[in-house]
Amino acid sequence: MIRRVSEAVEERTGGAAFLRKTLRYVFPDHWSFLLGEIALYSFVVLVATGIFLALFFSPSTADTTYQGSYGPLVGQEVTKAYESGLSLSFDVPAGLLMRQTHHWAALVFVAAITMHLMRIFFTGAFRKPRDVNYYIGLTMLMVAVFEGYLGYSLLDDLLSGMGLAIGYAVALSLPVLGADFATLAWDGQFPGTSEFFSRMFIAHVLILPILLAALITIHLVFIARPHHTQFAGPGRTERNVVGIPMWPGYALRSIGLMLAVAGILFIMGGLIQINPIWLWGPYHTYQATNGAQPDWYLGWLIGALRLVPGFDVKIGSYTLVPNPFWGGALFPLAVFGFLFAWPSIERRITGDRSQHNVLDRPRDAPVRTAVGAALFSFVATVFFAGSADRAFVQIGIKYEVQIWIYRALTVLLPFVVYAITRRTCEELRARELALGAAPPRRVRRGPGGGFTPAGR
Amino acid sequence: MDAVKAIARRLCRYLVAAATLLFSRRRRSGDGEEEGLRERRTSPSRPAELAVVTLLLLAALAAAGFVAAYIAKADTQVLGLGIGLALICLAAAAIVTGKAVVLQEEREEQRPEFAHPDAGHTEGAELAVTFRAGGEGISRRRLLGAAAGVAGTALGAAVIVPLASLGPAVDDRLRASPWERGIRLVDENGLAVPAADLSAGSFLTAFAEGVDHEELAASVVVVRVDPRDLELPPERASWAPSGILAFSKVCTHAGCAVNLFRKPLYPPQQPGPALVCPCHYSTFDVLRAGEVVFGPAGRPLPQLPLSIDADGNLVAAGPLSGNVGPAWSGVRES
Repeated sequence: MIRRVSEAVEERTGGAAFLRKTLRYVFPDHWSFLLGEIALYSFVVLVATGIFLALFFSPSTADTTYQGSYGPLVGQEVTKAYESGLSLSFDVPAGLLMRQTHHWAALVFVAAITMHLMRIFFTGAFRKPRDVNYYIGLTMLMVAVFEGYLGYSLLDDLLSGMGLAIGYAVALSLPVLGADFATLAWDGQFPGTSEFFSRMFIAHVLILPILLAALITIHLVFIARPHHTQFAGPGRTERNVVGIPMWPGYALRSIGLMLAVAGILFIMGGLIQINPIWLWGPYHTYQATNGAQPDWYLGWLIGALRLVPGFDVKIGSYTLVPNPFWGGALFPLAVFGFLFAWPSIERRITGDRSQHNVLDRPRDAPVRTAVGAALFSFVATVFFAGSADRAFVQIGIKYEVQIWIYRALTVLLPFVVYAITRRTCEELRARELALGAAPPRRVRRGPGGGFTPAGR
Repeated sequence: MDAVKAIARRLCRYLVAAATLLFSRRRRSGDGEEEGLRERRTSPSRPAELAVVTLLLLAALAAAGFVAAYIAKADTQVLGLGIGLALICLAAAAIVTGKAVVLQEEREEQRPEFAHPDAGHTEGAELAVTFRAGGEGISRRRLLGAAAGVAGTALGAAVIVPLASLGPAVDDRLRASPWERGIRLVDENGLAVPAADLSAGSFLTAFAEGVDHEELAASVVVVRVDPRDLELPPERASWAPSGILAFSKVCTHAGCAVNLFRKPLYPPQQPGPALVCPCHYSTFDVLRAGEVVFGPAGRPLPQLPLSIDADGNLVAAGPLSGNVGPAWSGVRES
């Protein structure tokens, strides 16, 4: 049977030799190599659950009276979008499971990409010949964040409406072109027309997923072509790759990981409530809810918007650069810009232009590790600043005081983290060198009981 | 004689065996069959096989449970556990199979070599030569390039321009506001707002009468404070009859609704009454005409001058003092 299929494939495509080589493709093994796979498999779950949701969701802002089975909202005037979100949650069998799994998968998707990015950064896997693939990965992270934002904005509940208001303000704040861009995207002034929801919908379910799928495909081809990176070890060189072949060992492990990711996401979707839109209520421009927090991957942006001191750049009484630009647009662009630029910066610093297939341990490149840790501490500080209001509710430290502490930390902490990380790496390396440099020595026990060196 | 024959036969056999060994070895290395194999273990473990069978059956059971729960219209929790456990059992089965049932191999593979430009004459250089060869004999290379550039730019513009259909041109619509002298304030149900109904410290969302509530400029917050505490600029002295003030409800920072009214009713009562946006905590001083006292907002909340009409209801005494909502390049403050 297998033989007949194999021969049929060869007869039709001549691809048997290629497939055989593929079955022998070697995967080096390390737990951190699984982070990217978790992202990939979350994407699979996102597509599967997303297709189900798209069969029920209606991206329309047309008014309708809610008549579904959620009592407290019966009789309320709501939009079709919000109503179909409610009906997915209460009236479509397994709809809530799919909705919540989709949301959890999105959170895990972006988290896995972010962890994967850190793995790539701190082990130097972004060096040639993989720099282009690193840029593709960064692009996917940006697309994924935007895709997630569109996803939860579609539901037209109170929280998502506030998120869109902020998005509109950031779009409006882009220097010179902001007003044109925002009115184009929203088809007028916020909250826009029904066309705006159609646009978000088509972007969320078609344009961006296809873009992501295309980028993932290129990403995988660019991984397979030079083969995986590996950590140093006995028999491992720049020219070879040592590990488990695709068939049968790795394929089964990886399928296992995919099923595990899907299983955990479905259990989370079933057991852990997320984004209960019926509690937030429908959105109105004149309403807001206190203690609003976005999905985690936008936490750094809300933090940045909150930390920026209150000023608009003005010429006379005319605004040139409105305030949301700094936190909502410039900050993320700067962080991503730095990450995009880093491979070139590192090449310039080290003068190392050769190809690398063996990974560094973080300590092997103290400057890179320290720069990465400093950048991470900067973004993380801003991220936590975004939850200062929750911290006030929980611990009672005055919000204003916290903001000033966070403002100071964003400036100071990166330098401290840089110094500590760099020193730690250098010490670790020095100790290793000291231990490794001492050759093994033979000693001889003399008649008096003492030891004397006996050469090597 | 027989002994000699026997020895010859044995020798012959040895030779064939040696040749086979040699031949097969050579074939093996030439063919790449076992090249790169570093470790191979085939020790099928019976307990592992049984475990896989158990896990597969458990997966089937959980999946069947999901189907049953779906038919029985069970709760989301049961559905999630059913499908989730099925997938996890299947995952465990795949991983145990991969690690303990099938052939265990460690292999070494040579990477394809990507030539570095320092290596001199590389495939990369060859590619460039082949590419250039296509343009041999062209005499007006730069002119052709320039013309193609012009065509490309113009065509690019033609492709991008239809994007303008997406939305209306920016005109005064971002500045539009329904408020003018004589427009009545109404509550969410469309009823007029009697000034007498507002007690000190109260907070009410009101709208321009007859205007879609969702319009950004339509909503205002109405608050009442002790008129003696007011520190309004002199030109706004008459804007707050009986200490009743109205401000645009849309934050000038990022466009969220300003829905928090901070008015301490017990000491310490400083700082005084303020409107706060829950998105980024821009804080606007009510007594001083909506000025920013904290947070990222760069402009004060636009104030609506109020008056009280003959029936005792709140009416706008003029337009809002500034542009509503988030700012953009070129907007003029107030």
